[in-house]
Amino acid sequence: MSYLELNNVTKRFSTPKGTREVLKGVNLSVQEGEFAAIVGYSGSGKTTLLSLIAGLLQPDEGEILLQGKPIDGPGPDRGIVFQNYSLLPWMTAFENVHLAVTARFRDVSAAQQEDRTQHYLKLVRLEHAAWKRPNELSGGMRQRVAVARGLAMRPKILLLDEPFSALDALTRASLQDELASIWERERTTILMITNDVDEAALLADRIYPLTPGPGATLGDPIPVEIQRPRVKRELSLSPAYQKVRKQIVEFLTRKRAGAAR
Amino acid sequence: MKAAALPGALAARQPAPPAAGNNAPVKRRLPRVEAASIILPLLAGVGVLLFWTALSQTVSPDLPSPLRTWQESKRYVLNPFFKEGEMSQGIGRLAFYSLMRVMKGYSLALLFGTPLGFLIGLSKFASRALDPLIQVLRPISPLAWLPLGLVIFQRSEPAALFTIALCAMWPTVLNTAVGVRSISSDYLNVGRVLNLPRSKMFFSIILPATLPYVFTGYRLSLGIAWLVIVASEMLTGAPGVGGFLWQEYNALVYSHIILSILTIGFVGFLLDRLMGTIEARFKST
Ligand SMILES: Nc1ncnc2c1ncn2[C@@H]1O[C@H](COP(=O)(O)OP(=O)(O)OP(=O)(O)O)[C@@H](O)[C@H]1O
Ligand SMILES: [Mg+2]
Repeated sequence: MSYLELNNVTKRFSTPKGTREVLKGVNLSVQEGEFAAIVGYSGSGKTTLLSLIAGLLQPDEGEILLQGKPIDGPGPDRGIVFQNYSLLPWMTAFENVHLAVTARFRDVSAAQQEDRTQHYLKLVRLEHAAWKRPNELSGGMRQRVAVARGLAMRPKILLLDEPFSALDALTRASLQDELASIWERERTTILMITNDVDEAALLADRIYPLTPGPGATLGDPIPVEIQRPRVKRELSLSPAYQKVRKQIVEFLTRKRAGAAR
Repeated sequence: MKAAALPGALAARQPAPPAAGNNAPVKRRLPRVEAASIILPLLAGVGVLLFWTALSQTVSPDLPSPLRTWQESKRYVLNPFFKEGEMSQGIGRLAFYSLMRVMKGYSLALLFGTPLGFLIGLSKFASRALDPLIQVLRPISPLAWLPLGLVIFQRSEPAALFTIALCAMWPTVLNTAVGVRSISSDYLNVGRVLNLPRSKMFFSIILPATLPYVFTGYRLSLGIAWLVIVASEMLTGAPGVGGFLWQEYNALVYSHIILSILTIGFVGFLLDRLMGTIEARFKST
């Protein structure tokens, strides 16, 4: 049985111009401990999909199951790193993470809560900036605070919404490596959304392509059979990588041409 | 990792992340005192003095000229804290009494206005029930509230505070409510994902996100509280700038009316500056 399961999920928004079907009949299944990725064009409904899984939105049709149970509103068992990070600007990096720790571990002593907070800041190598507020941090540092906050919830599944797309190429590469090594150590189940095929191939075990909207839906998952640890420089030479890339690009462009017609 | 450290080609390619500029130290330009910013107000002041003089020499002989105003008032200004009797006191002392009264009424306004603002912002029900009522109460002049306060409290001091509080609380109520309603859903989503208990949701997210609006309300409320002081002191005859103004009008010492008016304006200006500074602090964090 899969860990996270979406069956025929459909989401519509009502707008002044009538209802818009953003997602239609989405099926997804993520295994425990897996790193899954969803790749899709901008505006196709990726954030909407993640908000549904997080419980911030309700589907109009279909069901979302976590460990076989339908999800019921948002909760810290699904940690989320928002696309814009959503750090609270009036709190320091430490306080942002601490808020998640105290919310999740209410019965633990205050000293232990602080230790945990430090632990996650250390995990993303931000101990030195713990007392800075978000507006004093670089984009990459903010991103890491957001990841630390997500991990600090000790979620059953960590949802990442285009975590690196707002970063420059160099920062992005180093944070990708960091995320890979954190995942290998912690083995949290991760569902990452991205618009970068290379990023998905570098990090994920399986990749779901999302067709362009409206009425976007997920294609069949494409397994990434490349040995870990993966090295970005060598990736492009690997035949397995080239196969994955070709499959995704073909799927997306075919669907896009279909949508345009 | 900072933008500045990147070689040119890469730096040019990178999409501007929201953080890009913020990491670099913000260049603070020292407030350069331009000659114009001193000379122009001075010219305007001289213009007003001339017009005032002309007015007092021609159409309105009862209006004391600037020179006479100064001569009759300088005792109050140069020795602002003397006290000879209930109503013969330095202008600083009178302003202090008024300030104390305003602070009491203003505190009441904040004490009631802030929670009311949060209530209206947070609860659709409360907002639908109270919004029309507030729209009706808001435009009522202090001159209308004061007699009602006298009827209710029988004494002038609480009636004055009642009037100040009632007139001054609306900007706080409305700005707080607007602030609560305009909290970014991103912040609220953080609280929802964490399943924060209600009290923590309020103190960790809603309150800090609303503070800049609350302080805008506080600044506007203080302005109104100060406006109301004159009316309430005039009608109750309490010692203070407003009471002094009314008493000197009845005593036919018109120059002291002008002295009082200038004092009220000056103190009001200082109060606004003070609150503006505090408000700016909250906006920047
Ligand atoms: N609350 C809403 N009400 C109405 N329409 C919405 C709402 N949220 C999203 N949409 C629409 O749904 C579509 C998908 O939006 P979504 O934010 O999920 O896209 P995305 O794939 O995350 O895009 P991006 O890559 O730019 O982040 C968009 O056309 C958007 O306008
Ligand atoms: Mg998105």
